[in-house]
Amino acid sequence: MFKAKVLIKRRKTILDPQGKAVEIGAKHLGLSNIKNTRIDKYIEFDVDTKNKKAAEEEVNDYCKKLLANPIMEDYEFTLEEV
Amino acid sequence: MLSETKTAFGGKTPKFGVVVFPGSNCDHDTYYALRKILDLDVIFLWHKQTSLEDCDVIILPGGFSYGDYLRTGAISRFSPIMNEVISFANKGGYVFGICNGFQILLEAGLLPGVMIRNESLNFVCKDVYLKIGNKNTVFTKGLDGKDSLKIPIAHGEGNYFADQNTLMELEDNNQIVFQYCSNNGTISIEDNPNGSVQNIAGIINKKGNVLGMMPHPERSTDPVLGKTDGSLIFRALANNIFN
Repeated sequence: MFKAKVLIKRRKTILDPQGKAVEIGAKHLGLSNIKNTRIDKYIEFDVDTKNKKAAEEEVNDYCKKLLANPIMEDYEFTLEEV
Repeated sequence: MLSETKTAFGGKTPKFGVVVFPGSNCDHDTYYALRKILDLDVIFLWHKQTSLEDCDVIILPGGFSYGDYLRTGAISRFSPIMNEVISFANKGGYVFGICNGFQILLEAGLLPGVMIRNESLNFVCKDVYLKIGNKNTVFTKGLDGKDSLKIPIAHGEGNYFADQNTLMELEDNNQIVFQYCSNNGTISIEDNPNGSVQNIAGIINKKGNVLGMMPHPERSTDPVLGKTDGSLIFRALANNIFN
């Protein structure tokens, strides 16, 4: 079994309204050096396979078809045997 | 009004199917508009069924299917009925996505682009005006006398985005059917409620059989509510399908 940790990031060319709004909060807090806030997604799950390659394939499939939208997002992940 | 609608179809009336996903909340409004206001044949289709029951038009209604988790429309896109809807669309069947239904069509790849959070981050619920960019679709043919339609929006993620190539393709093929505009039909940033590129409110696929729009035409059909421009779209669709 493997623990998958997936990070899904919106491409830099696509506006992140949430990040922009949160950064306004930073300004209000007086944190004037904060720039380029982006809010992405972190997803964790287990993959019940013995073989790491099979786990990778399944995670790629999950990411490409459902977890990330390839039109606007990129993903990366790590697998750790548990 | 009801009898006028019936005779306009020259005998053959299209059958509408409204898909009900867990979290759809405009399914009954749409059913009501079609059945009670427009006197059209309409049934509900549960998202787990795999038959479209010989419907001529499939409507993916507004709402918050699967709680909008992950991304709007991302999980509904894998509901069992969607395989049938996709193959129906690919064979030329008419599919109409409204609000969350539009988001589902984008996730399903039946329409290009993506929907992101409104630029203001606010959920925007108000009447807007729509300029009809293409009056030659099955959804808009016959609306010649209209410069703009008054139809309400109600969404938090209606900020349409597509890359430059996709936008050029949409323009070249006349696929931008609705754009947010002022009440006299001019398009400017002031009339853009959500940050959509080019004020896009609705697009159609290249083949012209799949339309997605963020505004809610079903909420603009009953005269009691003071606006009826939405009924023009449903009526045009019903009139044009068999012609």
